[in-house]
Amino acid sequence: MMNFSYTRAETVAEAIAAVAGDPAARFIAGGTNLVDLMKYDVMKPERLVDITRLPLREIEATDAGGLRIGALVPNSDLAYDARVQRDYPLLASAILAGASAQLRNAATTGGNLLQRTRCYYFYDVATPCNKREPGSGCAAKTGVNRVNAILGTSEACIATHPSDMCVALAALEATVHVEGPNGPRVLPFAEFHRLPGDAPQHDNTLAHGEMVVAVELPAPRFGRNHTYLKLRDRLSYAFALVSVAAALEMDGEGIAEARIALGGVAHKPWRVPDGEAVLKGKPATPDSFGAAADVILAGAKGYGGNDFKIELARRAIVRALAQAAAGEPQVQSDKTVN
Amino acid sequence: MSNIHPYVGRATSRVDGPLKVSGLAQYAAEFGAPDLAYAAAVPSAIAKGRVTSLDVSAARAAPGVIDVLSHENKLAFPEDDEPFKNDMVAVPGSPFRPFRDDQVHYSGQAIALVVADTHENARHAATLVRATYAAETPNVDVASAANHYEPPEPRDGIPPTPEPRGDAAGAFAAAPVQVTADYRVVAEHHNPMELQATTVVWEGDGRLLIHNKTQGVVNPKNYICSVFGLDEDKVRLVSPFVGGAFGMALRPHYDVFLAVMASLKLQRSIRLVLTRGQMFTMGWRPDCLQTVSFGADAGGRLTSIQHHAIQATSRYEDYQEPIVNWSGFLYDCDNVALKYELGKVDTPTPSDMRAPGATTGVFALECAMDELAYAAKVDPVELRLMNYSDRDKNDDKPFSSKELREAYRLGAERFGWSKRSPEPRSMREGRELIGYGMATGCWEAMTMPHKARATLTADGKLEVGCATADIGTGTYTILAQIAADALGLDIAEVTSRVGDTSLPMAPVEGGSWAAASAGSAVKSACETLKDELLKRARGIDGSPLANAGLDHVVFGNGRIALASDPAKAVSFADVLKGAGLDKLEADGGFEPDKDFAQTYAGYTHAACFVEVRVDEDLGVVRLARVVSAVAAGKILNPLTARSQILGGVVMGCGMALHEETLWDKTLGRVMNANLGEYHVPAHADIPDIDVVFVDEEDGSNPLGVKGLGEIGIVGTAAAVANAIFHATGKRVRELPITIDKLL
Repeated sequence: MMNFSYTRAETVAEAIAAVAGDPAARFIAGGTNLVDLMKYDVMKPERLVDITRLPLREIEATDAGGLRIGALVPNSDLAYDARVQRDYPLLASAILAGASAQLRNAATTGGNLLQRTRCYYFYDVATPCNKREPGSGCAAKTGVNRVNAILGTSEACIATHPSDMCVALAALEATVHVEGPNGPRVLPFAEFHRLPGDAPQHDNTLAHGEMVVAVELPAPRFGRNHTYLKLRDRLSYAFALVSVAAALEMDGEGIAEARIALGGVAHKPWRVPDGEAVLKGKPATPDSFGAAADVILAGAKGYGGNDFKIELARRAIVRALAQAAAGEPQVQSDKTVN
Repeated sequence: MSNIHPYVGRATSRVDGPLKVSGLAQYAAEFGAPDLAYAAAVPSAIAKGRVTSLDVSAARAAPGVIDVLSHENKLAFPEDDEPFKNDMVAVPGSPFRPFRDDQVHYSGQAIALVVADTHENARHAATLVRATYAAETPNVDVASAANHYEPPEPRDGIPPTPEPRGDAAGAFAAAPVQVTADYRVVAEHHNPMELQATTVVWEGDGRLLIHNKTQGVVNPKNYICSVFGLDEDKVRLVSPFVGGAFGMALRPHYDVFLAVMASLKLQRSIRLVLTRGQMFTMGWRPDCLQTVSFGADAGGRLTSIQHHAIQATSRYEDYQEPIVNWSGFLYDCDNVALKYELGKVDTPTPSDMRAPGATTGVFALECAMDELAYAAKVDPVELRLMNYSDRDKNDDKPFSSKELREAYRLGAERFGWSKRSPEPRSMREGRELIGYGMATGCWEAMTMPHKARATLTADGKLEVGCATADIGTGTYTILAQIAADALGLDIAEVTSRVGDTSLPMAPVEGGSWAAASAGSAVKSACETLKDELLKRARGIDGSPLANAGLDHVVFGNGRIALASDPAKAVSFADVLKGAGLDKLEADGGFEPDKDFAQTYAGYTHAACFVEVRVDEDLGVVRLARVVSAVAAGKILNPLTARSQILGGVVMGCGMALHEETLWDKTLGRVMNANLGEYHVPAHADIPDIDVVFVDEEDGSNPLGVKGLGEIGIVGTAAAVANAIFHATGKRVRELPITIDKLL
């Protein structure tokens, strides 16, 4: 870990000014990922601007009937918030599927969006990695890539976004409120993270100095017809090999509308609206679910160690949709897959 | 035994528990020293080749840096191998020594050491050392090793591969039932909680006090004195607590070597704590390719056993384990052919990891037995009883004791084995397939020479000491129990001490021999102490014990009393006072009984039963419950004994389902060198574990103890794999059994 300076910002404007004016400065909130990356010498900010004192800790109702979640709301508080549990159980479930209780206590809403890939090569400075060091190459493509992406990959990068929470936020069509040196803006969740393309060093579309100040949820929908199904290499405290956030609006025995987002398979939470559209007006049957999975996974490509993810993702989509249709969401504390 | 309610055999809480849970137990990295400097090792980025240049200018210029050591400015040490073989756990070959030259033998090898005023400054400066390399292509895959060979020089301390007996190939060819299968146990690392660390306290006058994470203080002390030519009287090694080791702290590692080098060079106290990533730059459980072939008659009686193993070792040493030996005696068979080979890879030398050899070899053997059970259509427990061996045919000896039959019976009963329906995929609940699997575990019951001392002080307190280690196993507690019983004291009056070279000699703690050996040595020291006490008690003027022998007296409540008339007694305090002593010391020792060992084969056994639940579509495996029935001689302390088995079983579950060191084959580098991505079981992965001990009388040592450190892991992974086959009909022969293998 390199030496760095540390300052604590008292206002959002002050924090943004401090970071925007210094290319070597970074915001720090929970630090559950950034501190690790600094210890590994992967990220070397010379200046940390601590934003944990900023007034971004509220969960507030919006005029549109949704919730505005301050960027500094800890993951635990969000998951156990009564309104979230009642109206957005899919989000609560996804959060509780991730990390450990201790990490969820420290990790923040904004930080969860901004956590970086867990590709093994990104963390090891002795190896080539285009995300860490653009132009150095991607060792994961021919290396240990069990955890890597099967969708939306590029020649330069096959990293995944590791978040569980973001998969639910993608399915729920949240928006991200950002403030920066050039003023505030609001992004649809799908436009927040990006695919690696030829610039995998950029995980998302934030400019330097821009800060996530809130995540907004639209008015609740989907009732009990949702689930977050996470498949991983042990039953707790592991990143998803494949995860599925599914939410359905049912019309009798048929499906009126579907939302399906995948985690662990791409550089961003993976949503394919055409795949969701396949289910419109269809009965909730394994055949319908399989047809949707085919569209969602079209073009999936393995790199050897992660080939299995294509079939696993297909089965996970089918099961998750069955859970959602039955109104029997996956329980995160019981490791039996229902 | 003088206590009416002896401690031995009774559930007794850890005597060191309060120190541990209150943070007062001091580990190697926690000892302080005035003017302590902090070191950080710089790892190589390549796995094989040469360091062509080392630029340490930026590191030297960094804040707080005191010195940067490397092969270019090292403190001189001998070129010969011999001084470096002063290591009780050395293996054949040329031991690794850091900074010997510019050669890189494995990825992460320490190529420089930064010493600074703080840990943080040392860590930072270590990232500023710039090396260039002439890299060669490494191979870290034993399957791709250039050649596989039988080790030319056998490793000391492990049994040799048994000679073939009968005609295994012929019997196999003629057998109506044949099973042949290839198995692969992948590389694992020990990953104890405590990082490898050394604090060297520079005491001046050439004296060093070294705190080093080790499973036996005598070993690194001898090594350090040998390689740096130090006077043994001026070096003391103190390491009272070890935060888990599992075999990784048997051999001296580069931390103690480099910390002492820096201390000698800079003439000051040094602390070096390796990083979690650097925990993957030393010993590991080597991956092993195995083929097991069984021939059996139509009923399942074994007529032929062949077991062939190829295991990884480093380029520079021939590390070896007894992988195939178990197949020669665990079941009764007259036609046996066993072969053990090595393949060289560009990694650090592997090292013993919990039940080395058995964990790997018995996995293959016990999975193959399960395959035979299906092939011969015999219940897996029945098959094992049918082939039960009453004699170790490797060495043609009877067993010193073997209550494995009872372990099968008791384990099966507690598990409810009779409720199993034999066909794979025949038991289910909802979407989950249910599988019942079982396997046998086995480990050698070993003992080693140990010495011990018992010291009684005028306040009536007893201290017993032995230079062994307590690596979390409960050694402190069992030694206190044994001593308390011997002198008839309350355990609160007894202090046990381990992990200090000023204590009587002990080898490393490993191989499950410490309880039997150190325990017997302490018992012996206490017996001598009793003898000395009585002698002096008899000499007191007007002693009521004047004519009493040891057989006529009882030690208890701080007194020696006549058995026939307990009112006639002398207190320990009066004995010491009468003799004009403030303390009375007695030495004792234990030597393995060679005649007994020549006559009998000694093993611990276990029968492990596992229920798994496997999601039919998704391949998600849940362990539902485990029963481990263990036959391991006398159980000194049911509490710590159970903990030992629990730990072994959990580690076996991890081996079955999670653990794998993932090497990049091009870079020769471990890619998951952290506890986030090197998966050991989380709480959610571990079900209820029912541990039951079978009564077993064994005469190999005065305590009747066989040791428990290893037996819990052996067979567990096979039982899980066999349960998964029963659930799914899928035979996964390569560990770990992850979700992709069950799709």
